[in-house]
Amino acid sequence: MATLNVLILVCLGYVVLLFGVAFAADRMAAAGKGAWLRSPLIYTLSLSIYCTAWTFYGAVGNAARSGLEFVTIYLGPTLVMISWWWGLRKLVRVARSQRVTSIADLISSRYGKSNTLAIGVTILAVLGGTPYIALQLQSITLSFSIFAEADPSGLYRQGASVFWVAAGLAVFAILFGTRNLDANERHHGVVTAIALESVVKLFALLAVGIFVVWGVAGGIGPMMERIDASEIGQWNVDAGRWTTFIFLSAAAFVCLPRMFQVMVVENADEGHLRTAAWAFPLYLLLMSLFVVPIAVVGLDLLPEGSNPDLFVLTVPLSQGNDWLAMLSFIGGFSSATSMVIVTAMALSTMVSNHVVMPIWLNTQEGAGWVSGDVRSVILISRRVSIAVVMALGYYYYRLSGGGAALASIGLVAFAGISQILPALVGGLFWRGATRTGALVGLSVGFLLWIYTLLLPGMGGVLMTETVLQNGPFGIGWLRPQALFGIAGMDPIVHTVMWSLSLNTVAFCVASLLSFPSPLERLQGAQFVHVFDHSVALRGWTGSVAQSEDLMIMTQRIMGAGPAQEFFQAEAEKQGGRSSLPEPTPAFLERLERELSGSVGAATAHAMIGQIVGGSSVSVEDLLAVADESAQLLEYSSQLEAKSTELSRTARQLREANTKLTQISEQKDSFLSQVSHELRTPMTSIRAFSEIMRDSDGLSGEEQTRYAAIIHDEALRLTRLLDDLLDLSVLESGRVNLNMGGDTLRSVLDRAVSSALAGSNQTLAVRRSKASERISLHTDLDRLGQVFINLISNARKYCDADDPVLTISAHDVGGQLVVDFADNGSGIPPEARSMVFEKFARVGGDKAGGAGLGLAICREIMQRLGGEITYLPGQGGAAFRVRLPLAYQQAAQ
Amino acid sequence: MSKGEDRQTQGVRPSLFLERQSYRRRRLTDAARLLPVLGAALIAIPLLWPSGDAVQDGIPLSSAILYIFSCWVVLIAASLIFGFASRHKTANDDSEPESDRWQP
Repeated sequence: MATLNVLILVCLGYVVLLFGVAFAADRMAAAGKGAWLRSPLIYTLSLSIYCTAWTFYGAVGNAARSGLEFVTIYLGPTLVMISWWWGLRKLVRVARSQRVTSIADLISSRYGKSNTLAIGVTILAVLGGTPYIALQLQSITLSFSIFAEADPSGLYRQGASVFWVAAGLAVFAILFGTRNLDANERHHGVVTAIALESVVKLFALLAVGIFVVWGVAGGIGPMMERIDASEIGQWNVDAGRWTTFIFLSAAAFVCLPRMFQVMVVENADEGHLRTAAWAFPLYLLLMSLFVVPIAVVGLDLLPEGSNPDLFVLTVPLSQGNDWLAMLSFIGGFSSATSMVIVTAMALSTMVSNHVVMPIWLNTQEGAGWVSGDVRSVILISRRVSIAVVMALGYYYYRLSGGGAALASIGLVAFAGISQILPALVGGLFWRGATRTGALVGLSVGFLLWIYTLLLPGMGGVLMTETVLQNGPFGIGWLRPQALFGIAGMDPIVHTVMWSLSLNTVAFCVASLLSFPSPLERLQGAQFVHVFDHSVALRGWTGSVAQSEDLMIMTQRIMGAGPAQEFFQAEAEKQGGRSSLPEPTPAFLERLERELSGSVGAATAHAMIGQIVGGSSVSVEDLLAVADESAQLLEYSSQLEAKSTELSRTARQLREANTKLTQISEQKDSFLSQVSHELRTPMTSIRAFSEIMRDSDGLSGEEQTRYAAIIHDEALRLTRLLDDLLDLSVLESGRVNLNMGGDTLRSVLDRAVSSALAGSNQTLAVRRSKASERISLHTDLDRLGQVFINLISNARKYCDADDPVLTISAHDVGGQLVVDFADNGSGIPPEARSMVFEKFARVGGDKAGGAGLGLAICREIMQRLGGEITYLPGQGGAAFRVRLPLAYQQAAQ
Repeated sequence: MSKGEDRQTQGVRPSLFLERQSYRRRRLTDAARLLPVLGAALIAIPLLWPSGDAVQDGIPLSSAILYIFSCWVVLIAASLIFGFASRHKTANDDSEPESDRWQP
């Protein structure tokens, strides 16, 4: 007889073996070898974590109590598997294209990345997983106790052993499930270890079954007779339970976090489903093949009152077959461990991703965390959540007293986790499903499950017997196990019927009444029409070709030099022979971080995703990319506005510079002209005064003539200086205007008379005095000065035989227009643009003017708010003076 | 359904009426979709059986086991046949419409 110590040693040895297998598989996957690690066979075997210790021990117990009813929990998954073409295939495709890490992630992703929903599903999964964990604890403890009864040392105590089993499993799950940090990555090691465990448990159960049928009963025929003769020898299954359990197991098969982990997250190739569709039902068939024979033989051989849940162990023991018992113990042990590992992995991923990380990131806001910090936080949070989940399971076991049959505990967990089904199926097939609907449906189902099944199942601690019997506060129709007064139903059937139907109704009604957010609607379309949007996703295979594509892309973004340096450094870090690094996840992560510095995190992620493949770009990625580009666009438009402003300022500066240069040139030429103009009279004055000083024999007449010349030249100089002074005053704008009112006629009268006075040349002036009755308000003296200048110019320069000056005045739209036209030859066209310039003279120095007259006229007219222009095409020289009738202060 | 036949159908413009091979493959998909319905019907049949109690003899458990496990084997075999028959289909899965949509 194997002692407890041997048993513990065997368990430890088995765990070490599992670690070794997982380690070797991880090494092989990392080295790129071992394509069989991703084969459909391994995938199918890994699905068999569906068969836990509940299945291993509890199925026989269930068969011993209710006959064939146990088979329902295998028929449900069989139906799900054979309908993979329109069910699981879609689920896997959606999960892969959305990079889903857990069932909570999937639900939240479908309903617009709602974290509330993710937390809800996580809580549901943890609470649903708790009875399940308790179940594993119970089965291991029971199997220990069987060996302990026979152990002569008698040191075994059940209470303590449960604790140590729970602690041991927690440590085991922490060591196993959190070795790999990356939840997106497939865990080759764990999956391979699970596949090995599924072979062990199948082998163990088949071995016991074969021993029972051929070793004890003596063949198939006698066995069948024995079955019919036993106390469960007739078909006696409640129709309600039969249907409900098949449905429940089918729902739980899809919704259980651990099943979702191995079936969807760890799925390497959609095509594996094709094999699993027949291979996994076959596995289930083999697992249940010998259940009834073992139960019947157990009932026959073992004494009345022995626990049927342990027949798998006790039947070989009673026949003295210790090694077979040991094998079956290991089978049960491996069922429990594989289930605990994967459940812990799945639950801890959910808890850390949806509960711990959001809280931690909120508290750390603005603290400038780096990626390494997050990794350690994830690691710690996963380990802690595994420990918490195990503690909850232990607590549930203590509360429920460890007495309930294994099968019913499992069904409680199934009923809880199935509440996700309406939201899941609705999300996959109905675009109208909304977040509100999912939340309401989940809450309704969840609360009903707790109220009608979980709390009553935990004994009198949390729900008293009176509540069970009479309902809360004596309200009869709210009795937990007879809602709405419908009593007499099986508790599980009762719960499943009410919770799932009300859940579905609430989900549909709330979905119909609410309106989804844009992200939700986009995600809904992507989920429901996933086959239209995505291609079949193949397993990720790294190749150097991808590195080249990545290199090209990186060069475009970072520039050739830095990109080559980065790739070179990475290649050296990997110690590879080629110049390009292998696209390992670590390298891709660093590259993404590098790129996100240039183009933003979301864009970088999408770009690498496009090249490496394995996942399509999700709506959230696209939204983030759009945000980033919008920011860039805004920035560039700001830049554009600034550059326009700069170029405008530059143009203004250029114009100002040109103007300054022109003014400076004007000033130079003006100075040279002034000095020239001054020099001519000064020269003659000097010459004649020298003659008068040095010549002695000058007659009085000569002296007078020379003195007259000197006087004339001095007068001319004075006039020139007066004009210059006048011009400078006018140009500087410091002129004082003496405003006065008069008619144009009197101004012209005075101008004509003063311009023609003292002249011997005849100039006929024609005027139309009637049209000159226009009253003015302006500086009359200055205006007269302009007129005098124009009239005397005509007198001086008109070269006609009978010079005539025609002066005509009009009032044009509030402006006075006075034209002065003579009948001479006029000003040649090339000189017309110059006549208003300083020192501009037309036709030589005949009249001895300084050439400042018209320049002064132009300045005066500008001061008075009018203008003077040359008027071509009048036969002779013609000037037009425009003046506003009422003077307004001209803008300075 | 050999590879040669597959090659024949490739490159042909999609038409309203499919060739014999494609037609067969479509019906195979239909059969696969109907398989769960058949399965549900088969395992619902025991509901019609009379329950054995003290008064009246029910169905012997050995017959029930035979029936249920036979159904199970039938379903597995059908799924296996479909899986093998549709294996070549995935190669051009994406180019072919999955539903009976009309192709212009």
